[in-house]
Amino acid sequence: MDKFEKLTGIAAPLPLVNIDTDMIIPKQFLKTIKRSGLGVNLFDEMRYDRQGNEIEDFVLNKPQYRETEILVAGDNFGCGSSREHAPWALKDFGIKAVISTSFADIFFNNCFKNGILPIVLPQEAVDTLMKDAEKGSNARMVVDLEEQTVTTSDGESFSFEVDPFKKHCLLNGLDDIGLSLEKVSSIDSYEEKASQARPWV
Amino acid sequence: MSPKTLYDKIWDAHVVHEDTDGTCLLYIDRHLVHEVTSPQAFEGLRMAGRKVRAPEKTIAVPDHNVPTTAGRENPDNMTEDSRIQVAALDKNAKEFGIHYYPVTDVRQGIVHIVGPEQGWTLPGMTVVCGDSHTATHGAFGALAHGIGTSEVEHVLATQTLIQKKSKNMKVEITGKLLPGVTAKDIVLRIIAETGTAGGTGYVIEYCGEAIRDLSMEGRMTICNMAIEGGARAGLIAPDETTFEYVKGRPHAPKGAQWEAALNWWKTLYSDDDAHFDKVLTIEGESIEPTVTWGTSPEDALPISALVPAPEDFKGGKVDAVRRSLDYMGLTPGQKLSDIEVDTVFIGSCTNGRIEDLRAAAAVLKGKKVKDGMRAMVVPGSGLVRAQAEEEGLADIFKEAGFEWRLAGCSMCLAMNPDQLAENERCASTSNRNFEGRQGYKGRTHLVSPAMAAAAAITGKLTDVREMM
Ligand code: SF4
Repeated sequence: MDKFEKLTGIAAPLPLVNIDTDMIIPKQFLKTIKRSGLGVNLFDEMRYDRQGNEIEDFVLNKPQYRETEILVAGDNFGCGSSREHAPWALKDFGIKAVISTSFADIFFNNCFKNGILPIVLPQEAVDTLMKDAEKGSNARMVVDLEEQTVTTSDGESFSFEVDPFKKHCLLNGLDDIGLSLEKVSSIDSYEEKASQARPWV
Repeated sequence: MSPKTLYDKIWDAHVVHEDTDGTCLLYIDRHLVHEVTSPQAFEGLRMAGRKVRAPEKTIAVPDHNVPTTAGRENPDNMTEDSRIQVAALDKNAKEFGIHYYPVTDVRQGIVHIVGPEQGWTLPGMTVVCGDSHTATHGAFGALAHGIGTSEVEHVLATQTLIQKKSKNMKVEITGKLLPGVTAKDIVLRIIAETGTAGGTGYVIEYCGEAIRDLSMEGRMTICNMAIEGGARAGLIAPDETTFEYVKGRPHAPKGAQWEAALNWWKTLYSDDDAHFDKVLTIEGESIEPTVTWGTSPEDALPISALVPAPEDFKGGKVDAVRRSLDYMGLTPGQKLSDIEVDTVFIGSCTNGRIEDLRAAAAVLKGKKVKDGMRAMVVPGSGLVRAQAEEEGLADIFKEAGFEWRLAGCSMCLAMNPDQLAENERCASTSNRNFEGRQGYKGRTHLVSPAMAAAAAITGKLTDVREMM
């Protein structure tokens, strides 16, 4: 997994509440066999019309937001199905951090497994960041994971909380599998004991 | 020793490692795999140069988007994306050396039906699959979780899952069921009472006389929908019914190992004074044949009831009900038994087993489906299909006017061509009535197999007891 340290990038405002995983990536795109390539269909139904043409008004279609790396979104981002295709699509588009007042549980966890940092901040902070994001490509927002801060282009800073273990994994680019494999001797000895206690398994 | 619940006992037997914050590495005895949530996991393994740690405990079967019509073994008869996913599973199964049941194998079927049928699922095991309805296997007293794709990869590579322990909840169904009432009605009633989030953070153990009286098929129907009540898993303690079902299955233990297994399995129950964090008790006699009217499984009522009004609810549910009545095209005060349907779907991992087909056929025998009705039976596995043919059930269905399909998920989630068209209304034996679940703007009413058969005959939601 890529390391997440300090990110300085364009932030896009998406003030809708309850953006669900179906809006992030509709079910017809679940038939892929890859994690990559979903970025073009991120927010598909908001982003394109029925003929597949870009809808000009949608934020990520605007010239100043094409290189967005940070999303500032409304409450309860990522609710709905457990599909990991949602964080894959965000990541493939280039989004590395999402800021909101709240996230759906499974989506929140799936983000960390894919090197995306979901940041929970109080309403007033999100409001300020939303305004800053509206400035477009002239403004660069800074997300510093080590320091646990988000800073606007004007230098206003907000601190956020993050689970220490998840922070450690993101900072070092460690994936769960790598970490669990460090415990491989415990797995080996468990298997040995279990195969005696329950040989039919 | 302090008293333990069934969940505690299975959990304790599978902890490989525990961190100070309670995060555990849990050993996984069986990993079931299907074509939709696994390709990226295998790709991940390949990219990292990793192997499947325990291929002999890993079982794959394509089910979600395979066609259920004749000629499907020819890839030309699949849509392009399905063909690619099924081909990827073929390739991954071969390359990583895991057990595999391709569409050409009579044992192919819905992953949650194949596992128990082949004896892969046994009491006291931990079972996972990249699918939320993995809860089904809890009917055997196995701890069964649905997982995401990154976790599928984690289990493939390590045969473990990172987990924190859930809380214990007990749902007791006392006494006997009334005639015409089935496992599906029990579980719909439970979800109507707890709500879809009532089980969040819990593993539910179902118990009581009415649960004990159920066959394994019925118990699987109950545990299948534990997830619809928000629970991570559902459990039923194994007993003679369980052992009887398991005995002689291809992958069940034999001889001395059978005796050893049986000895352990008989210890798998909640101790008398074990602590449950939450308890719900329902009288079996109070359960009626039940149907859903809305777009959430908690929107369930007895068939004798009326469509509710948004004002009957509180808080955020008021708006949600308004929206779902609009989506479903229903009016408050309308009798549920007056709702006309144009499609009937019998199948899925909830109700695609032999007993379900028997129950539906018993109602259909000698009758015809209503003119203009589209009715289909999709058996849960090739073996269920073969058995139903042998028992003469297939003929009853066909003579009544049902389509007799090949095994798969089919119209349960409409990833293959079996879909509802806009505004079509279906009495379905599946488990989710979400917007768009069975097709764009399709309308779903969840029912038991017997109730589905009754609806096929009359063309509307019908109290099956009037036909018995
Ligand atoms: S039958 Fe339906 S619920 Fe069951 S595994 Fe298939 S899609 Fe999922």
